[in-house]
Amino acid sequence: MDALLLSRVQFALTTVYHFLFVPVTLGLSIFVALLETGSLVTKTYAMRDRLRKLAKFFGGLFLINFAMGVVTGIVQEFHFGMNWSEYSRFMGDIFGAPLALEALTAFFLESTFLGLWMFGWDRLSPKLHCLTIWIVALGSNLSAFWILTANSFMQHPVGYAISNGRAEMTDFLALVTNPYVHGEFGHALLAGVSTAGFLVLAISAWKLLYDRESRAAFELSLKAAVVYTMVGLMGTMGVGHFHTQYLAEANPMKLSAMEALWETENPAPFTVMAVINEDEHKNDMAIEIPALFSFMLYNKPEGEVKGMNDLHQELVAKYGQGDYYPDVTGLFFSFRIMIGVGGLMAAITALLGLLAWRRKLLDFPIVLKLVQVLFFLPFIANSVGWYIAEAGRQPWIVVGLQKTADAVSPNLTAGEVGLTIAGFTAVYLVLIAVAVGIGFRHIYNTKIAED
Amino acid sequence: MDLNTIWFVLIGVLFAGFFLLEGFDYGVGMVSMLATNDDTERRMMLRTITPVWDGNEVWMLTAGGATFAAFPHVYATMFSGMYLALFLMLIGLILRGVAFEFRDKLEDIKWRRLWDMAIFIGSALPAFLWGVAVANLVSGMKIDANMIYAGTFFDLLTPGTIIGGAAFLLVFAFHGAAYLNMRLGRYALQEKIKALALKLGLLAAVFYLMFAFGMYACTGLLSTTMPLVLIGLAVVAFVAAMVLMKAGLYGGSFAGTAAAVLFTTAGIFGGLFPNILISSLNPAWSLNIYNASSTPYTLSIMTGAACVFVPIVLIYQGMAYWHFRGTITEADIEGNHY
Ligand code: HDD
Ligand code: HEM
Ligand code: HEM
Repeated sequence: MDALLLSRVQFALTTVYHFLFVPVTLGLSIFVALLETGSLVTKTYAMRDRLRKLAKFFGGLFLINFAMGVVTGIVQEFHFGMNWSEYSRFMGDIFGAPLALEALTAFFLESTFLGLWMFGWDRLSPKLHCLTIWIVALGSNLSAFWILTANSFMQHPVGYAISNGRAEMTDFLALVTNPYVHGEFGHALLAGVSTAGFLVLAISAWKLLYDRESRAAFELSLKAAVVYTMVGLMGTMGVGHFHTQYLAEANPMKLSAMEALWETENPAPFTVMAVINEDEHKNDMAIEIPALFSFMLYNKPEGEVKGMNDLHQELVAKYGQGDYYPDVTGLFFSFRIMIGVGGLMAAITALLGLLAWRRKLLDFPIVLKLVQVLFFLPFIANSVGWYIAEAGRQPWIVVGLQKTADAVSPNLTAGEVGLTIAGFTAVYLVLIAVAVGIGFRHIYNTKIAED
Repeated sequence: MDLNTIWFVLIGVLFAGFFLLEGFDYGVGMVSMLATNDDTERRMMLRTITPVWDGNEVWMLTAGGATFAAFPHVYATMFSGMYLALFLMLIGLILRGVAFEFRDKLEDIKWRRLWDMAIFIGSALPAFLWGVAVANLVSGMKIDANMIYAGTFFDLLTPGTIIGGAAFLLVFAFHGAAYLNMRLGRYALQEKIKALALKLGLLAAVFYLMFAFGMYACTGLLSTTMPLVLIGLAVVAFVAAMVLMKAGLYGGSFAGTAAAVLFTTAGIFGGLFPNILISSLNPAWSLNIYNASSTPYTLSIMTGAACVFVPIVLIYQGMAYWHFRGTITEADIEGNHY
């Protein structure tokens, strides 16, 4: 393997790892802030106390997760210069700005106010203390906005001109109002809500089953999380749907690859399953629902969708000879996994909601166990989601402007990159084991009894 | 001043803030492991930075991000050129960051010793490597005509740069000791730290003077008056800090080390100007504030953002420090996991 391929593998590994923790931060900061707000506005003492203790409990988990998010994030910040120096030269005039703004406007907020929140339970007035966690939540989500603005530029460049041998910014406003950001940011933020919500469901279910003392509190958090997760999931799917429609315009090659659509069709069918033959640019076998793909894109059962083979010819005409097909098999299955996982999460959440509403949660322990066993579902959806976004823009690092192969640092050897892959992987694996262990201890040991 | 100069200064300010704040964090990380074995004492010492270390680290991230935005070629050349060194630094920072969170989660003494070790390594290694990195800026790197680093990892580690690394490490250690003694409310512990600090301070002074002399003799950085004066002031401030430490005036001692760190950063940036990365292969291949910069448009956007947000950050971070002022005693760590 060469330094290029290894750099890609390394970037994918460390970023996916960072993004295991980020969605939890995004969603859990808001959830904890809501709990704390709830404890301020409710009237009865018992309820206030319960909500405050829940905020502390989930806040403890939040801190463990946050620490992991921070240390994996530092790696991200250095990455572009270390492994992608030619990318940084070519794009720095545009790409550097959102990254600097992320640190300046978001990371400072998060880290400073989290310090105040952590140590402020007894030192700050309840209202002020509640305000600090809202500021943390704001900072986290603002940081997501900036980084996704940067990423959206790579998917769909706007507000630039090519001169002096590089891409130069001509319109900052266009960069931050890139229509691609709407879909990416909305979708990722709501995915964060779903991820954190689902995690709270799994933890609450466990406490409900095995910790009698704390039952009342965790029944409450389970109910809250049912609503929270459901809102998150519906939103994620809704935004995802509109973002998919938008891809038809912004990056049709990615879209057709996600659907394994090789030939242009009108109306285009939706492919449920396919045996994909990437060498011959066709599907050997496919189960199709006629006209559904056109319907999903245009809200009516007709309309042309360009197939990859035609799109490829257009790209060759525009950019010269080359291979412009992304990883069709990977994209096709990733997309189906993401949607399937989203549906499964929604079904489980709805079931929990129904049981909670009927006050029958404890009569069906099997459902409570199911959500515990499947706690990892949102992490799968997040990772394959990013695989779609990033692998779908290949061979470009910035669509239409620079190829991934031209972006890698020319001075690196495969040995050096291989060493860092091994190093990061080893450290990350140990740390995640420790973090999970500590998280379990926290869950196991914390009792929220009525007093 | 043109925009390029403004950004050179601003990045200097960000690095100065980073060395000033993270400098004592790193120092606390090192000194709290060397000064005592007692768990309560260690917890008190770490407690002086736990609420603020992450905010301090963001100074480094902002300095890096601002370099990327304003001088992308510098970011690209320096970070790819120092690849393995930065990898080691990242590993250190990762271990250190989680250690603060993990250490007190179990009562077990072996567990705590393990994360103490992580904090020590995670503080000493980055402190040393930042010194090596700065020494490489000062002495020049093997940068070719295409702005690409043409040396190896070991070319970064010369006797001169190792001296630079040791100087940074020791100065930060002393800086951290001064901060600790200013913040702690336990006499016996302060005395232990003081005894250690005076030894470290002596070593720091020796290495710093070697570093400064090397800079004077082997590079053109101190050939003008201003940088030379600034480095001189740094030496004076550091000596004053040692005297004040000896006299038990810890607030003053901390002010002295803080001044030494700031003067040093100002002196080095002032000496480099208008270059940022000097090529040791051919001076014409050096990266300076013009050939490495972003466009005036990007620089002006970022200037606007910096004018608005840097003061805001200073205000709320200052307020947080004000909120956490006062001495740390045993009462602060009782019943609290952190
Ligand atoms: C809980 C997580 C989750 C769930 C249930 C879904 N997604 Fe998703 N998806 C993500 C989490 C995610 C993500 C990890 O957050 C991604 C990666 C890039 C992004 O912005 O969000 C993503 C990317 C992503 C992309 C690629 C965006 C791009 O190329 O920039 C599309 C088209 C969709 N999603 C569409 C959907 C649809 C139609 C869904 C449901 C029916 C759906 N997603 C459910
Ligand atoms: C946190 C969420 C993200 C995840 C999980 C993720 C995932 C990935 C994956 C899987 C790859 C490898 C794709 C391939 O080459 O086959 C990749 C590549 C890359 N991504 Fe992302 N990505 C994320 C966010 C970002 C963001 C926000 C940026 C830019 C700001 C970015 C920039 C890149 C770059 C520079 C590469 C390397 C070049 C390449 O192979 O395309 N990624 N990422
Ligand atoms: C690939 C590009 C990325 C870079 C360069 C990057 C950089 C960083 C850095 C340096 C930190 C640590 C901040 C601190 O010390 O307080 C961090 C944390 C964080 N990042 Fe990333 N990140 C990337 C991808 C993402 C993505 C795609 C998102 C959101 C969708 C995101 C959201 C966050 C959040 C919310 C935090 C706060 C800590 C935490 O969430 O646990 N990052 N990131």
